[in-house]
Amino acid sequence: MTGLEIDAISKRYGDVVALREMTFDVRPGELFGFVGSNGAGKTTTMRIALGVLSADAGQVRYAGEPVTHETRRHIGYMPEERGLYPKMKVGEQLTYLARLHGMPAADAKASAEKWTERLGVAGRRDDEVQKLSLGNQQRVQLAAALVHEPRILVLDEPFSGLDPVAVDVMSQVLREKAADGVPVVFSSHQLDLVERLCDRVGIVRSGQMVEIGAVSELRAGGAVRLRVDVPEAGDGWADGLPGVKVLGRKGTVTELELGDGADDQAVLKAALATGPVREFAREQPTLADLFRSVVTTEEVPA
Amino acid sequence: MSTPGTDIRMSPASAVGLVASREISTRLKAKAFRVSTAVILLLIVVGIVAIKLFTGGGGADSTVGYTAATAGFAAPLKAGAQAVGENIDTSQVADEAAGRAKLADGSIDALLTGDGKSVHVQVKKDLDGKLANVLQLLSRQVALDQQITAAGRNPAEFNAAVAAARFIEDPPLEQPYDYDGQQLVLGIAAGVLIYLSLMLNGQGVAQGVVEEKTSRVVELLLSTIKPWQLMAGKVLGIGVVGLVQMVVIGAGGIIAGLATNVLTISVSAAIGTVVWLIVWYLLGFFMYSIVFAALGALVSRQEDVAGATSPALMFVIAGYVVGISVLPSDPGNTFVEVLSVIPVFSPTLMPMRLAMGGVPVWEAVLSVGLVVLLIPGLIWFAARIYRNAVMRSGAKVKLRDALRAA
Repeated sequence: MTGLEIDAISKRYGDVVALREMTFDVRPGELFGFVGSNGAGKTTTMRIALGVLSADAGQVRYAGEPVTHETRRHIGYMPEERGLYPKMKVGEQLTYLARLHGMPAADAKASAEKWTERLGVAGRRDDEVQKLSLGNQQRVQLAAALVHEPRILVLDEPFSGLDPVAVDVMSQVLREKAADGVPVVFSSHQLDLVERLCDRVGIVRSGQMVEIGAVSELRAGGAVRLRVDVPEAGDGWADGLPGVKVLGRKGTVTELELGDGADDQAVLKAALATGPVREFAREQPTLADLFRSVVTTEEVPA
Repeated sequence: MSTPGTDIRMSPASAVGLVASREISTRLKAKAFRVSTAVILLLIVVGIVAIKLFTGGGGADSTVGYTAATAGFAAPLKAGAQAVGENIDTSQVADEAAGRAKLADGSIDALLTGDGKSVHVQVKKDLDGKLANVLQLLSRQVALDQQITAAGRNPAEFNAAVAAARFIEDPPLEQPYDYDGQQLVLGIAAGVLIYLSLMLNGQGVAQGVVEEKTSRVVELLLSTIKPWQLMAGKVLGIGVVGLVQMVVIGAGGIIAGLATNVLTISVSAAIGTVVWLIVWYLLGFFMYSIVFAALGALVSRQEDVAGATSPALMFVIAGYVVGISVLPSDPGNTFVEVLSVIPVFSPTLMPMRLAMGGVPVWEAVLSVGLVVLLIPGLIWFAARIYRNAVMRSGAKVKLRDALRAA
């Protein structure tokens, strides 16, 4: 069963290449984290998936079929540029948006009530959107993406601007949607959140997907680090060990990165040679570490 | 596991209908709309009542006082005034001194003094020109009567014979059209209404488009409906709202006019005027608002709307100004006649001419036909600009870029 597939999408604005054969897929029931630095092409990709922008090349498919105008009505979308009618009441606005996605009037109204309840803005249904705080507007924006009970979710920075309680509600909602078999893709700069929430992650740089896979896979694929607590060692105790890079020393703890061909046992021997070793730990890089190393790698010319 | 398939089929018509009904309900509920409609209606009714008070039957054009000696002039003065369409009231004063006092306090406009053998008049400051004409007629009459009496004839018989004389008009070579004052007023009112409505609602379309751009809601909308559906729904919705406003104001004005007897034309003529007004409002509105929607899409801030729509607005204003300044004094002006058939000017000029009457059928049909033919072209042109510009926020999009970009 295939979910949402982004297949070799390219887009340029004049001389600027925004996307270069962007390719990934989001399987049904999967939470997919879309990360990359600002301007890497995340928003452009999502806009193309929603048909708001047209691609120069490539295809977006859902369940194996190219996405059409009709399938797009099944997508719940949260644009990066938040937008609702400022002078329209929350309840009316959500009902209207649900109907624009093809929901019958009565269902649309019931769904608007359900989602305002769920997202904690039920008391503000009869207020104009502009009268709500930014945080509450954000919750209404989420409700707008969910109100037509979409079968696909494409959310651009859904967590930005949310308080911790709203982040928890949002995470819960996304997990439930995924559990119902909905492919969920969202972009975020909150990498700890992405790491906790997502089944798979894609890292983009300059309009290209550079790393893609389960968080654990990606972390396992990164360079191994060692944390060694050697109280009696002098500075430079680990220098000269083949394939070992000293990242820094804090107090008695030295952090090392093991390159190809490095032997952790050789490091341990060197550490023991300095005196007692209180801690010797192997650490996997966090998503944030991976992200940094990926996006700071020198740009590959086209 | 979600089940794909069973796509949501929503016809373009229902998408357009949803957008239009949102426009209608939010606008009809808006305080600004209700207030502006009420104010315009109130102004029109007040205007009609004011016309009634200042010109309608009641007040005389001037009041002339006479003494016992000049009492003989009172009746011929009134009769003479009537013959030239003046309405003069007469009132007797005790003597010339009392009459001068009344002149001074303004309760009479002129005082007939003297011994009653020839016409003498005194006023406070200036003698009104029309009154002077009437007095001139009176003094001729008096002189004539005296001559007739001197010749030994009876002035009353003589006058009766003269009054009975009539001229006979042979059929004119060309059938002229008689523009009466009321039709002129109707024509001007029609012009003002159409103009106001195009300005308010046409600008409303442009502002609505920019509102969606400024609030960024357009991206959410375009992820489910097509740009042309959004544009068409907006134009249609605002058009309906404008139509409601127009009917309320137009009908209110006509009813007030007929009720106060300011308008004495037949009800069918009045209804004809309202119907033409509605037809031309719709044609003018759709023609211009499509263009306004496209021009509005070029900018991202409400402050820039006026600047963006001004090229199109100039045609509306030009038509209105030409009509309102030329037609009242020269309803058959050839230049206006030609302009009123050209689509960009016809929505403002043709309804004025139609309300005044005397428009050949072929001109009325041709002007409607040309606008109807132009509208599909404008839709194509506007949809292209709108589609290309509406997602671009920030600086004003150049018209050329919007037309070219894919």
